[in-house]
Amino acid sequence: MVSLFILAPFAAALILNLLPKALTHRLAFWVAAGLALAQAALVAFHPLLFWSAYPDPLGPFFNLQFSLDGLSLVTLLSIAIVVLATLVAGRYTITEESKRFNFTNLVLITLMGMNAVAMTTDLFSLYVFLEVCAIALFILIALKKDKLALEGAFKYLILSAIATVLMLFSIALFLLLSGGVSFSVIYGALSGSGGGFLAKLAMGLFLCGLFIKAGLAPFHAWLPDAHSSAPSAASVLLSGMVTKIPGAYILMRLVTSVFPLNPQMQNLLMFVGVFSIIIGAQGAFYQHNFKRMLAYSSVSQVGYIVLALGCGTPLAFAGAAFHLFNDAISKTLLFVNACCLEKETGTVDMDKMGGLGQRMPITNFSCLVGAFSAAGLPPLAGFWSKFIIILALMQAGKPVYATVAILASILTLGYALVMQRKIFFGGLADGLQQAKEAGIGLVLLESALALVVIAVGIGFAFMYNNFMLPVGEIVF
Amino acid sequence: MAAIDLILIIMLLLTSLWTVLTIRLIRAVVGLALTSAILSVIMFRLGSPLAAVFELSVCSGLISVIFVTTISFTSRVSKERLFVRRRERFVKFWYLPLILIVAGFLLLHFSHPPALKLPVTPAGQDVRSVLWNLRHPDLLGQVIVLLAGAFGVAILFKEDTHER
Repeated sequence: MVSLFILAPFAAALILNLLPKALTHRLAFWVAAGLALAQAALVAFHPLLFWSAYPDPLGPFFNLQFSLDGLSLVTLLSIAIVVLATLVAGRYTITEESKRFNFTNLVLITLMGMNAVAMTTDLFSLYVFLEVCAIALFILIALKKDKLALEGAFKYLILSAIATVLMLFSIALFLLLSGGVSFSVIYGALSGSGGGFLAKLAMGLFLCGLFIKAGLAPFHAWLPDAHSSAPSAASVLLSGMVTKIPGAYILMRLVTSVFPLNPQMQNLLMFVGVFSIIIGAQGAFYQHNFKRMLAYSSVSQVGYIVLALGCGTPLAFAGAAFHLFNDAISKTLLFVNACCLEKETGTVDMDKMGGLGQRMPITNFSCLVGAFSAAGLPPLAGFWSKFIIILALMQAGKPVYATVAILASILTLGYALVMQRKIFFGGLADGLQQAKEAGIGLVLLESALALVVIAVGIGFAFMYNNFMLPVGEIVF
Repeated sequence: MAAIDLILIIMLLLTSLWTVLTIRLIRAVVGLALTSAILSVIMFRLGSPLAAVFELSVCSGLISVIFVTTISFTSRVSKERLFVRRRERFVKFWYLPLILIVAGFLLLHFSHPPALKLPVTPAGQDVRSVLWNLRHPDLLGQVIVLLAGAFGVAILFKEDTHER
């Protein structure tokens, strides 16, 4: 049954493009949103047993070898929420019907790719589905087709091609070393002898490829350009989940199921994590473009996840998975805010905004919730995941890394406040007299996401016990 | 390593270098086709005839045809402009040949090359059976990649015609 998470969007994309346009252009959003909603409901309410108890519908013909565990469930839930938010944002910000239809198709393809990555148990399949996401992403970034959009897409295309070469070379090395590319075969081969120089080379190459795809420092150059040139609705997907799949989920999967963590790799992950945290937070501070600032913030927040993975304890893993979920939701919320602001003001330049708090009170409040959660202020969701990560670092005897993580949080709070002041406080900027809340759909979406951030923060114990602890237990 | 393999690898490097450094698009396509053709020979010599055929037919043949078709829609640049671009290209990428020479030198003098042993392929599991019988998720992934590519062409190019 788990293969339905890929086959259902695939069938939907095919059918939507075969039926008459007059019908499908209106239906597309509802079909895609229904699929995302069904995925969220199935993951949130059904236990793992439900999925393993029923046979796969294509089992007799196709051996798709997908499987689910606690980490996959958290990722699938995050994917469903982010995709749903992206679809709603696209519906209310992309005005032309045919462009909206194309956008929905691309989101469906990305959904297939991300779901497959979250469930595959094979390194080569993982690479294939990561490429599915990458191709959809090139097109999403270039969707506006102006010079900036094409430049952003081209930068991502080139860097993604480099990442592809590194990852393919690494997979070839693993095949040579272990005789297979499934997670269990590679794990078995590497845990016996440790693998030697070639295994370390293969791990290093694969990690570099992932760092590029995730936009982690020092490979983050493409990310701010991609965000600032992509449609705001596409940025929701890009920042909410697409960069977190390689930067967080795949890394977690690799260090738990493919490469056994060794001290060198732990040091590398922690260094890259803390470097990304600092570079991202520092970069965000100097931005005038709201979306570029959020892109740098994404680099910084994914850095926390990588830092926690490098720490390697069960508590750190639980914190990393929790931060993956929290940052996916809060970044989605902030990019939905960007959609609202761009729709109403026609710009994402924060210097041209000001005094919008009274005109857009719900956007103001939800933006505050998202930014404060990213900064780790209690009792919001982001506080708990950062707290767990810092606690895990202290317990593992890494006080320097923990201190840097705390200081970077203060920096995050700093740029969040600067952003809030520039956009919402003070007198109303010239030319914004007509600005108002950006329509009921977007307002409902940002309110719902803000409520999720608050509810997860207050109901932290429920989330932690039901979703995050099972993830931490994977490493035992 | 036989002398012929060394010659093939050096030719591969030279053609790929030419592909990157040449200023005329059509020459770059020819360079890429040559690189693919030499790579096919190397794959054949490594005992993978099916991969060699794929490389030759798709990368050297089909892709070159698509490139040449696309280039036929572009216009020629003036000789003066071409001269300036050529000079800029060599000034910008002077280090590329140097990197190749240094990397080749280092590889040739690698004192302890790692001993690699190819996994033994079970009888009957050649490329065809692996592709069609064993790698179903990848097959599905490739179908989705094709679908995404088709959407890409339709979205990025089809509407341009309307706008024009």
